[in-house]
Amino acid sequence: MARYIGKEMSRVDGFAKVTGRAKYAAEFKVPNLAYGFIVTSTIGKGTIRSIDTTEASRAPGVIGVLTHENYPKPAPPAAPELKPEENRNVRDKSFRALVSNQIFFNMQPIALVLAESFEQARYAARLVRATYNEEKPMTDLESSLDKARLANPSRPPRPRGNPTEAFAAAPVKVEAEYTIPIEHHNPMEPHGAIAFWEGDKLTVFDKSQGVYVVRQHLATSFHIPPENVQVISPFVGGAFGSALRPNYYPALTAMAARVIQRPVKVVYTRQQMFTGHGYRPHTWQKVSLAAERSGKLTALIHDSKNNSSSFEDYVENTTGMPRTLYACPNALTSAQFVHTDMSTPAPMRAPGAVSGMFALECAMDELAYALQIDPLELRLINFTDVDPDSGKPYSSKALRECYRLGAEKFGWSKRNPEPRSMRDGRLLVGWGMATGIWGAFQQPASARVALKSDGTAHVSSATADIGPGTYTVMTLIAAEYLGLNAEKVKFELGDTRFPRAPVQGGSFTTASVGSAIYEAAQNIRQKLMDLANKEASSPFKTAKIEDTELLDGKLVLKGSSQSVDIFALMRRNNLPELVDVHEARPSREREKYATGAHGAQFVEVKVDPATGVVQVTRAIEVTACGKIMNPKTSHSQEIGGVVWGIGMALQEATEVDHRYGRIMNPNLQHYHVPVSADIHEIETMFVEEDDKVVNPLGVKGMGELGMVGIPAAIANAVFHATGKRIRDLPITPDKLL
Amino acid sequence: MDDNQEQQDFDGMEDGSHLSADEERLLGELGLFGATRREFLGQSTAAVLGTFAFGLLAQEEALAQLAPSPGASMAPTPRLENAVRVLLKINGAPQRLEVDSRMALLDLLRERVGLTGTKKGCDQGQCGACTVMVDGRRVLSCLTLAASCEGKDVTTIEGLAKGDQLHPMQAAFIKHDGFQCGYCTPGQICSAVALLQEARNGDASHVTADVRARGRNINLSEEEIKERMSGNICRCGAYPGIVAAIKEVQSGTRTAQTWEFASDERIALAMNDGAINDGGRRTDEII
Repeated sequence: MARYIGKEMSRVDGFAKVTGRAKYAAEFKVPNLAYGFIVTSTIGKGTIRSIDTTEASRAPGVIGVLTHENYPKPAPPAAPELKPEENRNVRDKSFRALVSNQIFFNMQPIALVLAESFEQARYAARLVRATYNEEKPMTDLESSLDKARLANPSRPPRPRGNPTEAFAAAPVKVEAEYTIPIEHHNPMEPHGAIAFWEGDKLTVFDKSQGVYVVRQHLATSFHIPPENVQVISPFVGGAFGSALRPNYYPALTAMAARVIQRPVKVVYTRQQMFTGHGYRPHTWQKVSLAAERSGKLTALIHDSKNNSSSFEDYVENTTGMPRTLYACPNALTSAQFVHTDMSTPAPMRAPGAVSGMFALECAMDELAYALQIDPLELRLINFTDVDPDSGKPYSSKALRECYRLGAEKFGWSKRNPEPRSMRDGRLLVGWGMATGIWGAFQQPASARVALKSDGTAHVSSATADIGPGTYTVMTLIAAEYLGLNAEKVKFELGDTRFPRAPVQGGSFTTASVGSAIYEAAQNIRQKLMDLANKEASSPFKTAKIEDTELLDGKLVLKGSSQSVDIFALMRRNNLPELVDVHEARPSREREKYATGAHGAQFVEVKVDPATGVVQVTRAIEVTACGKIMNPKTSHSQEIGGVVWGIGMALQEATEVDHRYGRIMNPNLQHYHVPVSADIHEIETMFVEEDDKVVNPLGVKGMGELGMVGIPAAIANAVFHATGKRIRDLPITPDKLL
Repeated sequence: MDDNQEQQDFDGMEDGSHLSADEERLLGELGLFGATRREFLGQSTAAVLGTFAFGLLAQEEALAQLAPSPGASMAPTPRLENAVRVLLKINGAPQRLEVDSRMALLDLLRERVGLTGTKKGCDQGQCGACTVMVDGRRVLSCLTLAASCEGKDVTTIEGLAKGDQLHPMQAAFIKHDGFQCGYCTPGQICSAVALLQEARNGDASHVTADVRARGRNINLSEEEIKERMSGNICRCGAYPGIVAAIKEVQSGTRTAQTWEFASDERIALAMNDGAINDGGRRTDEII
């Protein structure tokens, strides 16, 4: 009987967060701190002809100004500067600041002003003057689709069956293009770092989804062993993918600290965020669907093209997950990119999947109307229990249950499919649905579990908590399997002193780090049993490890009243603590199966026909993602997914002036994200799956899943409400009038 | 680096030696000598700390020992231009500071007095993360010049709890999971606490139906709460929890739980149910 798993637990870091005590990267008090302020380019492509820092250097409080002219060069040239054939051999191609006079994108960093105070640095930054040899930037994906290419031309897309022939022969087909603009993560906490050196040892407080990634990046940037770099990131004020890849500011901050031999703090302004950490790329997609009159899909052809920077081949895996969703015998999907003079994109919540599923699930809705079949029924008709590419069965896939339960909860049976047929007063009402899909990933991850004879446990792993509740769920898992009260467990993360963990991304943290803690706790139990069995009175002499459990500070023989007090046992053996450092890896068993997390989303929109304003008045998330560890925080994840889906569907767009390659709305006034008044009823239902193939805890992760179907569900609901099929996100009022 | 004058001013607050006779009298009248001031200093060190904060505090203490490098570069002219002296109260304790005239209240809190609970999200008044209360009203501290705070009473997130006793709004945010990453949370909570007073005053909002017919001590509807909280962005999207927390503290109204596990019975029932949509045209061919 689980004591904690599946039950609501309030966040263990809640107290720290509501009292303002949680410390984010730029908030650590470091003595003798200098402030850095970044200066960015005003052109989108070309070279810096001259940069004049005289006036800035003379401003009160200024310590110095770093530019490409005086930036020390400890590392070999960065990837953007290299010839293509050399560039290919560089693993970390991320953009590095101030290493040359080349401009690759507008608002690229060109100088860093260092001063005694933030105000002084900010002021002097405005005194740095640059002149350029300007070239015309190309930033428009849609005018350059013909330049798209595969990231790996030696591996062209592989068809399933014969999609072209099947498409030509089908009695019912739809074909449409879908576009998604650049979107920015816009976490509330701006990226920032504090760096200082002690000899050749570097310490960096950073906002990061993976401290080991930052450590490696800094080690290669400065040609120092990774062991010389400590990266600390205990709290992250949202990231959503923007702190996964190495960003340019930690190395810049560390270099500044080395040059002036003082701790330096650099924090992006909100504007600098728009070119400082990547973005969801501008994506063009074309989906062709063909079906028999019964609704059975016969062909799926899905092309995707997204923009990348001029120096990295960033391709969104837009088509990978949609390709596997339905039982369609013939499919051809391809994802390509176009080089543009923008900074490099980055994963952004549900990367690829939410973009691809927007296109596929809108196309399915269009097909449902073409077939005159209910959209939900069309999905049930094409349901598959096996991965249509590999033929492997899913380890679990309760998606049908999600469809059915969601329909029932939503009241889908009362939907009149006719567009504009439902009203609430003068408002047009639309009901739409879509499917969510995400992987059930597990990555190798390590954790250290120390059970102490004073009745407490200390658990650590260098994972992150960007908001999903990692502190809480890891505490919960450790408490459950060590048989302790959660208050007795302290879990720490976000520090390269802790065992290696993967980045917090892909919704695989609980599956990966949670499994490491679970297995380490099993090892601790084994050690305790071995200790107990050294004593004559042990009740476990003939027991197998599976016959025991840890509960309330005791090792218990299941189904009996026999037990041993583990802390007394440890003290008898003079053991102040029992430690296990363990790495959990995905099991071989997984390879026999297809794995994934699934969900169904139902939304109601109300559209004002006079203004074109869309409100999402109701959203239901039904989710099948294995075992739910903590429904309280899981529910919050799903709510967050809906809110993100609403933003993507109705509001979010980074606007680029293609004449200059410059982002026009790099702020939260003109880049719209949902606010409280935009959010109405959101309900969640968890359809639990018992799946020990995916990992020993049976968890699949949900941070991204909850968002995946929402933009399509909203677009489909808007069609139902208005009769207008908007295939270009976001669905702003002007498109409905 | 030598301590600059500002730092000395701040440090000097401990023995009160930098207070003028008038200031001493003023603060005495306000009851801010002795215990109260010690309370302020105590707040920022030991009290009201969860286990997390203890670890972080230890980390900072270790950092404080960091010796300056002998080769450290200093600005040739570190002195402030246009320095402005301000005397203000922060969470009940007087602070006399000499600040850069360009310094925002937000940076004063975060960079000068070490109260990093107040967050910088956009630094241009568009996100609400920096919300604090000045004389009981919520303001955006990033758009408030520190120099304009002379004589003002500033309350930050650090000033809401009484010892270990959380403010009801703080407790409600935890209960309703009104946050995820926690970065907008101090601003949300300060905004919400000020909102309680606005409701007591009967202040109108954009969605108030009849601005003339309002009384005092109004119970805010969900729509009113959402409207009044829309200056505080939460990118994690914890809005439903935030609204539920405020509703519960403001009017005592409980929000119904909006999550559930699908029970085995319910799954069985749904899977045996034939038609999924009688409104659709084909309801017979169901899997």
